[in-house]
Amino acid sequence: MLQVAVSKQLDSLNLDVRFELPTPGVVALFGPSGCGKSTTVNIIAGLAQADSGRVMLDDGVLLDTQRHINLAAERRRIGYVFQDARLFPHLKVAANLKYGEKRAAGRRYVSFDTVVTLLDLQSLLQRRTHQLSGGERQRVAIGRALLSQPRLLLLDEPLASLDRGRSEEVLPYLETLRDQLAIPMVYVSHQFDEVLRLATHIVLMQSGTVAAQGSIGEISLDRRLRSLIGADAVGAIIDGVVQGDDAVSGMTRVRVGSGELKVPAAGLTPGTALRVQLLARDIIVSTQHPEHLSVRNNLQGIVTAIVDDEAHSDLVSIDIGGTQIMARVTKAATRELKLAPGLPAWALIKSVSLRPISAVYPNG
Amino acid sequence: MMWLSPSESEALTLSLSVATRSVVVSLPLAILFAWILTRRQFPGRTLLDAVVHLPLVLPPVAVGYALLLLFGTRGLIGAWLERAFGVELIFNRNGAALATAVMSFPLMVRAIRISLENIDRGLEDAARTLGAGAFDRFATVTLPLMLPGVLAGAITAFSAALGEFGAVITFVSNIPGETRTLPLALYSALQVPNGESAAARLAILSVVLGLGGLLVAEWFARRVRRMLGR
Repeated sequence: MLQVAVSKQLDSLNLDVRFELPTPGVVALFGPSGCGKSTTVNIIAGLAQADSGRVMLDDGVLLDTQRHINLAAERRRIGYVFQDARLFPHLKVAANLKYGEKRAAGRRYVSFDTVVTLLDLQSLLQRRTHQLSGGERQRVAIGRALLSQPRLLLLDEPLASLDRGRSEEVLPYLETLRDQLAIPMVYVSHQFDEVLRLATHIVLMQSGTVAAQGSIGEISLDRRLRSLIGADAVGAIIDGVVQGDDAVSGMTRVRVGSGELKVPAAGLTPGTALRVQLLARDIIVSTQHPEHLSVRNNLQGIVTAIVDDEAHSDLVSIDIGGTQIMARVTKAATRELKLAPGLPAWALIKSVSLRPISAVYPNG
Repeated sequence: MMWLSPSESEALTLSLSVATRSVVVSLPLAILFAWILTRRQFPGRTLLDAVVHLPLVLPPVAVGYALLLLFGTRGLIGAWLERAFGVELIFNRNGAALATAVMSFPLMVRAIRISLENIDRGLEDAARTLGAGAFDRFATVTLPLMLPGVLAGAITAFSAALGEFGAVITFVSNIPGETRTLPLALYSALQVPNGESAAARLAILSVVLGLGGLLVAEWFARRVRRMLGR
């Protein structure tokens, strides 16, 4: 468990952040630029000083201003992957990787060879750092941080300095780390796509404070997310369970609450968790059991809430046997269908609009 | 060295010996002062900065005279040095090395400071998160990255030490074989009748030495730049 409760007065911002992350897990600090995300991770790392507060990792106190405890950054055993990689230019890749390994304290849980294999670094070992591409630099930086055998890995917008479309050179590796090493991570980002791929928990930050926090499923339904990602990106994010392939359609059957979705994906082992995004704008609501439709997916549930969305639309939350999804409907439709909390409803979703995001590790 | 006369060869070896001693002793101090002046905030920093740079703006003779007052046998530091360690600096090559070290110190500090200011402090933060303590960080990250400046400073100071005249002749006089370095020998040659050809030979020797120093410096700088990938 990582517990953070710190405050700091900055030039134009009063930072006051409190959140918890069950470990192992990946918490995304998500919010607009300048909301204090980087300062927060710097305080966790010990590179910035908080005015007051506490940082606890598992049973260890890293910072407690009341008890005058402030562990030096070099003794915190927290790995840090910076936005600009910060590889040592006077050392080759191999020596960069070993820099942290030589100084590692505590339990060693990952070896040099494992890191080289997991991050695909073999061909880079003898290179100088200025000969690396942006994605390669970040992979080396991640490997260097891991080899210091950290108890927690901080990543401050590690993909922000990469060219567009280059994030695929790094993101899959981070997923591998999350799934295979189960190392707790704090991931700072203002790109929701990255957060969707990696995070198990989200801390929504706004001008120095935490606006909302929770599992990614909970936060995906939080109205405050809307202003950050835009109305069109609002929708439920569900970690469903793969049931198997659908012989007729060639798609994958995924269990979501009490219902089942056919998702355009293939080759997944039954039992793995698959994260699926159901955008509110792509969901049609019906108050009767639908028939004679081309729609592949219909989920039966109960309306739980109707909230204002935009001038002419509402967001309707529907409970599908314990799993919440969200649909955007016009206010006119809300009136005509007489939608109200407690009524049965069917959510219709075209398979082509379903977005499988990533397979999540089974023990998550 | 067969093409040099015994006295020329003596002045040359003495110059190299004095310049080497001067650089070896002042380099660690110059790194320390450059670091303090760049990285530490304390009252009196500007004053310290000015004191370090003083030899650049003072007449060298004044510096030599000040050294004489401080390090002479009855000087504040000189008397103590002799009492405590039996070290005498006046009228010998160690004294000459001290005079050249003081004169070239600001050049050295400046060169090192510029390279220190150009180091991305983020790299030191990265080293911290990897478990490196203060001295470890300095030795494994900061120092290697400021190496170009340290080398440049050392070579500049070495060349300046070879040519230092005023402070040396004032502090340790002009003793053949002990304190008569190349510029002092050149000056002495000009003081005797028909000494022009001897002076010319010494001047040419100085040019060769200086040119060699600059070429070596450039070669080092290139190597280091390549190593750092710039």
